[in-house]
Amino acid sequence: MHAFSQLLDRLSLEPRRLAKEALLVRYFRETPDPDRGYALAALTGGQSFKHAKPALLRALIAERADPHLFALSYDFVGDLSETIALMWPRPEAPEEAEMLSAPALTEIVDQLGSAGKTEVPGLLSAWLDGLDETGRWALLKLVTGGLRVGVSARLAKSAVARLGTLEVADVEEVWHGLKAPYEALFAWVEGRAGPPETQDPAPFRPVMLAHPLDEDKDLQQLPAADFAVEWKWDGIRVQAAAGRTEQGQDVRRLYSRTGEDISKAFPDIVDLLTFDACIDGELLVVSDGKVRPFSDLQKRLNRKTAGPKLLRDYPAAIRVYDLLTHEGEDLRGLPFQERRKKLEAFVAGLADSRIDLSPMVAAKDWEWIAAARANPQNHLDKDDAEAVEGLMLKRWDAPYVNGRPKGLWFKWKRDPHLIDAVLMYAQRGHGKRSSFYSDYTFGVWRDGAEGLELVPVGKAYFGFTDEELRKIDRFVRNNTINRFGPVREVTHDQDVGLVLEVAFEGLNRSGRHKSGVAMRFPRISRLRWDKPAVEADRLETLEALLPDRE
Amino acid sequence: MSDLLTLTPEGLYSPEAGAHIDPVRPVEKAIITHGHADHARAGHGAVLATRHTLDIMAIRYGEEFCGQAQEIGYGDRLNLGGVEVSLHPAGHVLGSAQVLLAAKGQRTVVSGDYKRQADPTCVPFELVPCDTFVTEATFGLPVFRHPPASEEIAKLLASLELFPEQTHLVGAYALGKAQRVIGELRAAGYSKVIYLHGALEKLTAYYESQGVKLGPVEPVGKRGKELAGEIVLCPPGQLGDRWARRFGDPVAAMASGWMRVRARARQRGAELPLILSDHADWDDLCRTIMETGAEQIWVTHGAEDALVHWCELNGRKARPLNMIGYDDGEDADSGQVANG
Repeated sequence: MHAFSQLLDRLSLEPRRLAKEALLVRYFRETPDPDRGYALAALTGGQSFKHAKPALLRALIAERADPHLFALSYDFVGDLSETIALMWPRPEAPEEAEMLSAPALTEIVDQLGSAGKTEVPGLLSAWLDGLDETGRWALLKLVTGGLRVGVSARLAKSAVARLGTLEVADVEEVWHGLKAPYEALFAWVEGRAGPPETQDPAPFRPVMLAHPLDEDKDLQQLPAADFAVEWKWDGIRVQAAAGRTEQGQDVRRLYSRTGEDISKAFPDIVDLLTFDACIDGELLVVSDGKVRPFSDLQKRLNRKTAGPKLLRDYPAAIRVYDLLTHEGEDLRGLPFQERRKKLEAFVAGLADSRIDLSPMVAAKDWEWIAAARANPQNHLDKDDAEAVEGLMLKRWDAPYVNGRPKGLWFKWKRDPHLIDAVLMYAQRGHGKRSSFYSDYTFGVWRDGAEGLELVPVGKAYFGFTDEELRKIDRFVRNNTINRFGPVREVTHDQDVGLVLEVAFEGLNRSGRHKSGVAMRFPRISRLRWDKPAVEADRLETLEALLPDRE
Repeated sequence: MSDLLTLTPEGLYSPEAGAHIDPVRPVEKAIITHGHADHARAGHGAVLATRHTLDIMAIRYGEEFCGQAQEIGYGDRLNLGGVEVSLHPAGHVLGSAQVLLAAKGQRTVVSGDYKRQADPTCVPFELVPCDTFVTEATFGLPVFRHPPASEEIAKLLASLELFPEQTHLVGAYALGKAQRVIGELRAAGYSKVIYLHGALEKLTAYYESQGVKLGPVEPVGKRGKELAGEIVLCPPGQLGDRWARRFGDPVAAMASGWMRVRARARQRGAELPLILSDHADWDDLCRTIMETGAEQIWVTHGAEDALVHWCELNGRKARPLNMIGYDDGEDADSGQVANG
């Protein structure tokens, strides 16, 4: 456990990616199986304990600290595990605690995994008593899952690959057939065994991702003729895989872009997977052949199952843009041009139009492509055009490579909408921003009963630099007029108020918000210290952006 | 309520004594607890403070920092409009004081910023029994427990041993923290030259001139990579700045009580957080409140809510003053700007 907490401690304070990777490589090299495998599971988000949930931790600290003091501390620290680690009282008799020396990582995983619900609190508090602040923090991070030490699953896998001569892509490829403590994986990267075998006929294939297009640079350097142009749909990226086991059993699965199996939430989609293939596409809600707004799709997301009403009201569909395998053949090495031909033939052979083909945009030159990006309604019918959030540019000759390879795929999103809004409320943030007032509710003007009034239209918590954050934080603390628990109301009248330029991707009607509108993906694009609050935008400006349909 | 103090937009004010304490705007007469820029501002009519605090204000703002400066030693008593005023060591930085106001059998103490931990560079905190205690609350949350300074200095020295080819750049504010870091390093037996960013030179030299023994210190000047394996002190803001690049790939350390919270350390770009504070931590804030015997607690700046709640749980009447204009204590002592 000590080595693991030291690792997390160093990682959490190390901003440089390469240095993080070096720390990980060293840890994996120096730590024996199965400890390092459980650490890898924790780092990749694959470790969870049924009975050790945040509610239990809250209960443990509630027995030891005043609830109000805990709430205030948590509000400041912004991280449950860290707050508890720091507030945990020192044991009365420290000598005794030292005798209970910190257990090994594997021991913790084993004991927590097998302990019954009633035994877990006792186990945890005994360990917490025996550890110092860093140890407690690491233990709590481990048991609650979310490590938040700035290490992506990919970086952890990349460090594993570096133990030997493999690439991260090799590890990704076999990853989804593996389980903690990953002994077969370590044996393979260290050259002690062959690649781990998987029997799964419908495994997840790591996805290929795009870089944002740099308009100033890329458009100059890249010939338009090298690229296939597709619409970028405003849904979620999915992978649908189906196949048959050696015993003749059909396996059909829908995966999120990170490889999470979301089949249970989408039985309507799973029913359509009557093939032996792996397809890459966009999950959308489509009724009567029309793509519905993203807010409709959201009703289907983050659910464990889907009831008949949900299936009827929000029918899901896949708009396909790539074919990764077909009838046992891996197509990923082929150029996009050839995969596309096979994809078109494949989709043509499907019986149900709920899996349809993402159409190509017949492109001439960059100017023409830019015009299509600005005005998709000139190419698509209205509902489809509203579901377009930009363009995808894919090199005709690019193979399907996992990760985010340079120069092969680009996304070119539509320009965001901008409005000037006034800061109304602020709340302390979590994670990186914790302990600063970094979650902002902002509003725009409308005519109220007593003249101009601000109505909240959204909330944003990123888009600013650390320096700007400190300035807004100071503004909030010096202009607080009301406190509601963790929320502070700041001065926001026509004379005094902080104007925020807010960028967002789109707007939907909302019954939940007083203003009747809800923004997609709002973020702070600029601080307008120079702009008088009264000159911020009016609600009418936003309403003009709403889609027509109710 | 204390009869001796009220709250005005300028800050705490004693109507009978006709003086403000640490006012945030220019006033006729000010009692200043210590030299940090958010407590000691230029432009008052008359200033009453310890000699060290007056000297520090003169270094920062020039000799003309106020109309009339009056020195008062620790424990000396002065009668202002029937109120007996005296200053007592606060243990925060050189010259720092608590203000005791006594009249009509009532005693009110304004703590200013204070700490109870030992500090080789200033006189230790003196406990002053009182009826009303006006306390700071910079670290007024139970997550803030400062470890002994020696443990934190040991972390710095261990890192120096582990990475002897890297400069160890320690962010520490100009008044107090920088000198304390040097003092604690000397106490731990570190005898090599310690290098200073220009903004720390004047006050460090002033500490030396007042008999605080800091050992060999030198300005960084034009040096850069040749300081590999050395300790360099700089203002916190310089840690991630262009200036720091001259050292190649330094280890960025930051000495502050805020380093207890990981997110703060990350926000500061500190790879090596040193939990070294010139403010009382939670346990010491609570302990001091009890030890003063005060029935009334006023909480000035910092995490007022939590300390007020704690006072109420422990049978003390408490009120938050929600005072505006004081910094976060250890992140920004904006006086370093005036210092150049």
